[in-house]
Amino acid sequence: MRKKKIHDIIDLAKLRDEIKKKNASYKIQIAVSNGTCGQARGSEKIVHAFRKEIERQKIQDKVKIRATGCQGFCEVEPNIIIFPEGTFYQKLKPKNVKEIISQTILNNKIIDDLLYIDPKANKKIVYEREIPFYIKQQRIVSGNNVYIDPTDINDYLAIGGYDALSKALSEKAPEEIIEIIENSGLRGRGGAGFLTGEKWKLCRNATNNGFKFVICNADEGDPGAYMDRSLLEGNPHSVLEGMIIGAYAIGANQGYVYVRDEYPLAVKHVTLAVEQAREYGLLGKNIMGSDFDFDIIISKGQGAFVCGEETALIASIEGRRGEPRQRPPYPVQKGLWGRPTNINNIETWANVPLIINKGAEWFSKIGTEGSKGTKIFSLVGKINNTGLVEVPMGIILREIIYEIGGGIPGEKEFKAVQTGGPSGGCIPKELLDLPIDYESLVKAGSIMGSGGMIVMDEGTCMVDVAKYFLNFLRDESCGKCLSCREGTHRMWEIVNDITEGKGKEGDIELLEELAKAVKLASLCGLGQTASNPVLSTLRYFREEYEAHIRDKKCPAGVCKELIQYSIDEEKCTGCTACIKPCPQGAIKGELKKLHSLDQSKCIKCGACYETCRFNAIVIK
Amino acid sequence: MKSYNFKVESLIEKHSNQRKALIPILRDIQEEYNYLPQEALILVSESLHIPLIDIVDVATFYRAFSLEPRGKHTVTVCLGTACHVRGGIKVLEEFERKLNITAGHTTEDKKFTLETVNCFGCCAIGPVVVVDRDYYAQTNIRKVDSILKNYRKKKIEQ
Repeated sequence: MRKKKIHDIIDLAKLRDEIKKKNASYKIQIAVSNGTCGQARGSEKIVHAFRKEIERQKIQDKVKIRATGCQGFCEVEPNIIIFPEGTFYQKLKPKNVKEIISQTILNNKIIDDLLYIDPKANKKIVYEREIPFYIKQQRIVSGNNVYIDPTDINDYLAIGGYDALSKALSEKAPEEIIEIIENSGLRGRGGAGFLTGEKWKLCRNATNNGFKFVICNADEGDPGAYMDRSLLEGNPHSVLEGMIIGAYAIGANQGYVYVRDEYPLAVKHVTLAVEQAREYGLLGKNIMGSDFDFDIIISKGQGAFVCGEETALIASIEGRRGEPRQRPPYPVQKGLWGRPTNINNIETWANVPLIINKGAEWFSKIGTEGSKGTKIFSLVGKINNTGLVEVPMGIILREIIYEIGGGIPGEKEFKAVQTGGPSGGCIPKELLDLPIDYESLVKAGSIMGSGGMIVMDEGTCMVDVAKYFLNFLRDESCGKCLSCREGTHRMWEIVNDITEGKGKEGDIELLEELAKAVKLASLCGLGQTASNPVLSTLRYFREEYEAHIRDKKCPAGVCKELIQYSIDEEKCTGCTACIKPCPQGAIKGELKKLHSLDQSKCIKCGACYETCRFNAIVIK
Repeated sequence: MKSYNFKVESLIEKHSNQRKALIPILRDIQEEYNYLPQEALILVSESLHIPLIDIVDVATFYRAFSLEPRGKHTVTVCLGTACHVRGGIKVLEEFERKLNITAGHTTEDKKFTLETVNCFGCCAIGPVVVVDRDYYAQTNIRKVDSILKNYRKKKIEQ
């Protein structure tokens, strides 16, 4: 790492040329997807094996290994992309590395066994750009992850990083930048979708007592959403650059990144990125030779969902309980330590350098009338191609589920997709042709939220889903408002009773009444939206609630108290495989003879169901 | 006891005795002792001039802090939505049976603390279980025993 600071635009260009020249000396560059989920599947061992083999073959001057952040296609990790061709190998093991070096790297031969197979066409695909999962995406924000080792600022500089900042500082007045962001139509990616440019303007125009703050909200708490983690892990400098530009436009000299402690790799990478940016003079005093000073502090969240709410987040940085407070005054008027504070989500910040570089017009051409640009969704749950997908706003839900996501695994039928986390709702299959943007999702009874999309199939019980979110919310409610603290708990009790077969007539109506009260009487976003999971499942899946209450049946076969496991006499082959996993010793039988299940011992853990390869365990 | 005082005081000093650094100070203490000992909280209260009740208020609000001693290993089962629809709760129940404790508690021999988390953000590979810093992908109830074995064995080797 060079110690010299970047003084101006010429300095930056010179440094970039140096880095590019060095990179160009590598004929081949291998990008290993090494985010948290890649690492959980052994990607670090792959990186290590490559380094060792490259050294052994003495080709370190020609081949560069780059451990990148998440490349999006989590389903097939650990995977690599070999540049310049873009060859894509998936589900690798360390033992594959020798062959990749000897065949593909040294002899230009494709290894068939490591290629991705498109299940629809049953065809092997060689290049990343030809994989259906990627084709329909528009990865303007997340696409750079594959070129960047997040621990090395030089990689970010090589692809034009901090160009937008130097442009902003040397060519544009703060007001001009705000105007560009306003014209782009960028809206907050954290959930509510407030216009970013407007927020910046409000903060800039707030009475200035000498201090203003910008905050990056990296407290991604929505279960099932991890696009923010992947951005902060994989391309932390894009977030920092956005923050520095924003701070300059707003007139702030201090910034905070409030990041979840449950994301250790993201914390590590953003901390390192801040240090490196300081060394290059991109943070600190007189940034890039200008008279603008700005620095960033990393503040770690301690595991409280409500701290994603901006006033609670501020309380937490100030060292207090993370309880939300009444707004107005909004943080742009009175925020951290009582000073004007602008809070944006990670993905919002990461969009800023792109808009400054390519212009407001370019950005506003992507998306729909009211929702501009792209949005990253985490496509998870019962879906074939699990991963992070970045798509233009307005894309049809069906395209995401079936063309990018590859549909539902195992001959099951699509039932619903849950968006917006605990504040959102479930969208049923009747609405598969819904265009996805801020307004359409609200109309459908859900919200955009931070971008989680949890796909559910016929084996998911919607009453159980409602119970799951209510349990989450009653646990995470900070307790300040009675309506939220008691309301979420009471709603959970009712739904829990329903799932246990103790539901009675009138429960649904009572739920609806309670839901309305919680919505109306709660102070912050958590409470105001806490009813959404209940209301949206009631709206589209009322008959499932009724089946639980009237027939004491769980149609999806999920709710324990309403189901029974039994052995299908015709299918049981007497293989004894289910006997050992049963923690209760409830299954008896001998080899090649029909097994039996003692209902009085069964605790319905599902171990036998998971083990049986002949579908002989049935749920009734 | 003197060295104990010294340790906690040095952790407080590291943050220049600032009121606003309460959460980072509690974090450091938790990291050092694996929980927040009462004596340490009293020391923090005296040094920062914050009433003890306010410190307990903060310490009990955030999930990361514990007022009880924790086990040598922490088993955390993810119950995010994606893990939930793939059967994360069944995995948790199996851990509860195998360890003979419920979530949020520590085994009598202080070897394991069982926790849940609302999402690790590794939704593609759920249900996810993290023990200390090791990630286990696509778990199911059949894998629970072998996961625990890794840590039980470690104990004997040491």
